[in-house]
Amino acid sequence: MSQTQTAPDAAQQPALQAGAEVLLRALKEQNVEVIFGYPGGAVLPIYDAIFNQNAIRHVLVRHEQAAVHAAEGYARSTGRVGCVLVTSGPGATNAVTGLVDALMDSIPIVCLTGQVPTHLIGNDAFQEADTTGITRPATKHNYLVKRSEDLARVVHEAFYVARSGRPGPVVIDLPKDILINPAPYTAAATTAHRSYRPQTEPDAGQIAKAVAALKGAKRPMIYTGGGVINAGPAASAALIAFTRKTGFPITNTLMGLGAYPANDPQFLGMLGMHGTYEANLAMHGCDVLLNIGARFDDRVTGRLNAFSPNSRKIHIDIDPSSINKNVPVEIPIVGDAGKAIAALIAAWDAEPGDVNRAALADWWKTIEGWRGIDCLKFHQDMTKGAIIKPQYAVQRLYDLTRESGRETYISTEVGQHQMWAAQYFRFDLPNRWMTSGGLGTMGYGLPAAMGVQVAHPAALCIDIAGEASILMNIQEMSTLAQYRLPVKVFILNNQYMGMVRQWQELLHGSRYSESYTAALPDFVKLADSFHGVGLRATSVDQLDDVIREMIASDRPVIADICVDQKENCFPMIPSGAAHNEMILGAGHESRAPGITDAGMALV
Amino acid sequence: MAIDTTLRTATISVLVENEPGILARVVGLFSGRGYNIDSLTVAPVEDGRNRSRINIVTSGTDMIIEQIKAQLSRLVPVHRVADLSNEGPHIAREMALIKIIGAGEKRVEALRLAEAFRARVVDATTESFIFEMTGNTEKLDAFLELMRPLGLAEVSRTGVAAIARGTRII
Ligand SMILES: Cc1ncc(C[n+]2csc(CCOP(=O)(O)OP(=O)(O)O)c2C)c(N)n1
Ligand SMILES: [Mg+2]
Repeated sequence: MSQTQTAPDAAQQPALQAGAEVLLRALKEQNVEVIFGYPGGAVLPIYDAIFNQNAIRHVLVRHEQAAVHAAEGYARSTGRVGCVLVTSGPGATNAVTGLVDALMDSIPIVCLTGQVPTHLIGNDAFQEADTTGITRPATKHNYLVKRSEDLARVVHEAFYVARSGRPGPVVIDLPKDILINPAPYTAAATTAHRSYRPQTEPDAGQIAKAVAALKGAKRPMIYTGGGVINAGPAASAALIAFTRKTGFPITNTLMGLGAYPANDPQFLGMLGMHGTYEANLAMHGCDVLLNIGARFDDRVTGRLNAFSPNSRKIHIDIDPSSINKNVPVEIPIVGDAGKAIAALIAAWDAEPGDVNRAALADWWKTIEGWRGIDCLKFHQDMTKGAIIKPQYAVQRLYDLTRESGRETYISTEVGQHQMWAAQYFRFDLPNRWMTSGGLGTMGYGLPAAMGVQVAHPAALCIDIAGEASILMNIQEMSTLAQYRLPVKVFILNNQYMGMVRQWQELLHGSRYSESYTAALPDFVKLADSFHGVGLRATSVDQLDDVIREMIASDRPVIADICVDQKENCFPMIPSGAAHNEMILGAGHESRAPGITDAGMALV
Repeated sequence: MAIDTTLRTATISVLVENEPGILARVVGLFSGRGYNIDSLTVAPVEDGRNRSRINIVTSGTDMIIEQIKAQLSRLVPVHRVADLSNEGPHIAREMALIKIIGAGEKRVEALRLAEAFRARVVDATTESFIFEMTGNTEKLDAFLELMRPLGLAEVSRTGVAAIARGTRII
């Protein structure tokens, strides 16, 4: 009776079913197609219910943190809610890093955690943890289901909360007795939530003010973030239309890459700490700044009191608490990025008058001057046997994936390789780039790529990794093997925690305290032992062959790309500095006036 | 735009769904983001809809207080947030139970001042009084200041309950 098969229609369902069955039924109603999880005592009833059905697939990860990152990769590459299932106690605590990661990057996740039976809660029972207490600041919202009659409603509500407004992770803590005891099913509510009803429609008056300010601009700038990605592909399409219509320069945050095509001439590249010279100087020098779905994060603004000092600021955000948090703005607009951009386009067309085209042309001339510095230039020695520059490795990866014509998704770990990936891999579409932006979680990239591959089985899913980060969730190679997920791990192996080494070089007198990893594994053999393919390139002449072989393989691959250990990530705004105090790379020939030697000079 | 750095006190009323953990959410928000709580009261409001009202007295710049309101508003179980001190006139009251231990002249003086402040005697022994006093925070502070040299031994304050004047509701 309780062994419900695929997608039964409501009429055939008994009035009461075991809680675990009700849970799965609610997940099906929420269109969950895959759960990333790991079993344990407290969730065995759910695993039993999963065993008895085929509609929802379960992917068995090797660590609960990876389950959450995989669900993030799934969510970010599809726009759907990612679903996670972990057991009580250590299962839940292992998931916490993933939850905070999803919270910081506004990724919709529903994480089901097992819990000891209700009568044991608070008794320090075996594998008990105060999961709702621990995850309260780690989630957008969380629930502890204490009554069977609340179960179905809470599941539906959790999905609503996870995907609505500014998306985020939601935990549902499920005591074991609730999973076993009979529970009634209720369908998802069709009425509005009693308290959580985020505003998505932008205010027309504010849109009109924004358009007036933009039309009055002489040096406008558009700065967009993850909010545009989260608003769906239509928002990116609208952004392209608006940007082309206005002729304004545009930059994306780390989270926002792909919303605007990177190869478009109006795109100035990423901004922020390792953003381009032209993007940061345009931010500094603009007179009207339009922020869409970005949050004036400290990696983007640099020193706050010197951030874009002479601009009128317009900020579109779905989360009112993001507005006026770090930077006071003149024209706040609360709403969905896609709807707001569509409203901007409509108002732009409806309002008479145009922006001052002559002034805009002058502004572009200034920007082209900055662009001429070619801040991302690097020198790759092409002689046989020469050491590979990490920038070159990413650039070739980009060229050769494009050449392959394959649909490509990139995830990263955290460090220098992440910044080089952001700088040299050029994204033309949204939802193709998964990186841990807000939390900066080493160990994110491999499980995230795994989640992407589950969602897009035929696509090319590559984790651009560092040799230190990859070891933080390397166990997921085993998951890749089990499910035949042909994820590619492209390690920029510099044997250092490069980003740590870079800061030690710049700020701590080159005292490389504990940032060198001795005794790294042999990544080729490691791939082999995980039933994958191991490849290695140690010199520039080997690089293309390795990348081609990696792309062609239908199995999981680790490509160990041994790169120049001393390379640093430039340009760089040192923390606490202003946008116009950027450091360009050492040996950068064409410098702006006023840049002094050693790459340490302020611009 | 220049950032205004003057600090002000704000009395914020929050109408919440009365569910487990809601107070922890609100308090955690304040501690996690480094906002001050000068006083906090919480109790169900009897409108038959399972709601509670939380009154928080806090301080910060205008930008921070706006931020506090926005952060509170985005908590899922929060229905409404109002900054009473900024949205028009309001009434704010607290109650305190104040224990004075002493004898002789000081005891007489304490009683005399209590009368002047309209504090009620709710318990008395030969060496002690307990006064009950209701009023705004400043009035209570002023009275306690006067009681300090007169044998003030213990205070139990409720924190602020507040409501907008006139027909306005949150
Ligand atoms: C879980 C975690 N621990 C520590 C850090 C701090 N951290 C940031 S980058 C980095 C080094 C990363 O080294 P690697 O993966 O080799 O990347 P590289 O910078 O060399 O490209 C460290 C330790 C972090 N971001 N995440
Ligand atoms: Mg490294």
